[in-house]
Amino acid sequence: MSSANAGLVRVTIDGDFREVAAGITVAAALAMSGVRTTRTSVSGQSRGPLCGMGVCQECRVTVDGRAHVLACQTLCRDGQTIETTGSR
Amino acid sequence: MTRHFDIVIAGAGPAGLSAAWVAAKQGARVAVLDDNPLAGGQVWRQGPAHPPKAMLSALLTSLHEHSSVTLLTSTRVIAPLPEHGLLVESAEHGGFNLSYGRLILATGARERLLPFAGWTLPGVTGAGGLQALIKSGVPVRGERIVIAGSGPLLLASLATAREAGAQVLAVVEQAPAAAVARFGASLVATPSKVLQAARLTRGFAGLRYWTGSTVHEVRGDGRVEEVVIRRGARDVTLACDRVACGYGLVPNVTLAQALGCTLDDAGAIAVDDALCTSVDGVLAAGECTGIGGMELARVEGEIAGLVASGAPHQAISLRMQRMRWRRFAARLEDSFSLTRAALAMPSDETLLCRCEDVTVGDVRVHPTWRDAKLHTRCGMGACQGRICGTAAHTYFGWDVAQPRPPFSPAQIGTLMAACPDDGACTD
Repeated sequence: MSSANAGLVRVTIDGDFREVAAGITVAAALAMSGVRTTRTSVSGQSRGPLCGMGVCQECRVTVDGRAHVLACQTLCRDGQTIETTGSR
Repeated sequence: MTRHFDIVIAGAGPAGLSAAWVAAKQGARVAVLDDNPLAGGQVWRQGPAHPPKAMLSALLTSLHEHSSVTLLTSTRVIAPLPEHGLLVESAEHGGFNLSYGRLILATGARERLLPFAGWTLPGVTGAGGLQALIKSGVPVRGERIVIAGSGPLLLASLATAREAGAQVLAVVEQAPAAAVARFGASLVATPSKVLQAARLTRGFAGLRYWTGSTVHEVRGDGRVEEVVIRRGARDVTLACDRVACGYGLVPNVTLAQALGCTLDDAGAIAVDDALCTSVDGVLAAGECTGIGGMELARVEGEIAGLVASGAPHQAISLRMQRMRWRRFAARLEDSFSLTRAALAMPSDETLLCRCEDVTVGDVRVHPTWRDAKLHTRCGMGACQGRICGTAAHTYFGWDVAQPRPPFSPAQIGTLMAACPDDGACTD
């Protein structure tokens, strides 16, 4: 249950390599990389994390090919591929 | 595959972990589930720069000493199954079934998020939502933030945001000054809360704490750029990078309703003195039985844990404590009840349902939630109405149907795990 694992992990966000602190969520990695939009709504609006606790589904992204993963409840892992569904 | 436990606890916050601890001491085989990657719930949320608080640390250490406790994080309940079963999905292990002798619902609460013009812009979050995001590593250093909505959570969010280096421009509280002052004075009856309040409001001088005020609109091009705050008859505009707005908490009762548990008038899970729900073998503890804070949740967790593990007589002194914390909760609710200004409906073109992009105007012409859903698709998207249903209930008083299984998007493999199999095993 160690939460603070010193060091960095490498992830890919919409094709760009990023090094982020181990232990942060995918939502945090996106914010650190300047990505505010996690998904595009049915009418084409940009959306970002709202509730921060796994309820609203606004932060859903594709992680390692699996769609509808909640960025706010997923920790970054080394080698992870993260794809938003919105424009950068 | 089905794994059997004497007690399954849904939620690893203060209530769930406390329940697990006392039940394990009684010798029960316990599983605790939580959809977050780390235990602690919302109030004890951990993160890279937020190591477990002393109380959480102590509980987790005690739980680790009991080999009879299994903590399943990143694990969601997808559906209840017949005969004391649950279908769950774990990020790591995929879908599987659990069965239980007793089930303790410790599903906590979520924020009441009410729409306003521009609330869909990236950078608008809940008040507790902002706190959760910061703890999970979202950087806010140097950002100009307005925290708004209602209740003590705004101050907790303020403390977290400031500690993370944000420039909090204002805290906007819908309750009138007199009600907030009355609540402050009543804290004398609960000394530990005075200390907590003192800690949260340290450095309060110089901060704009506006009572009787609400967020009216957020503007920006693809992101938050400014917020319009309505203060009585006057509007004040502040340039900012984020707006964090939440109007108190609402109990999470999805699983309880799917199991058939009766709710009380406030929409929380109805429980008796022993924290038993109306469904045999199902107990509930913490915020899902009514909003009351961490201390009440811990006491309720301990009571439920003792009752579920067959030691209800040991819970008698805890019941006295529970009544004390419930009185505190009642004062809280009175002080921060929503005013007409907070309940003022936003303009017709404001989106109510963020999943299906349905406006307030499209929804409000319908007589019932069911009608509105059928005609507009509001509440039928990925969150299943957890956000807009709560708002619709708040504005229109509608009886909003709760999400149905699967409670959240699930893999096909998980749904297949629910099918009865010949080789059902227990371990």
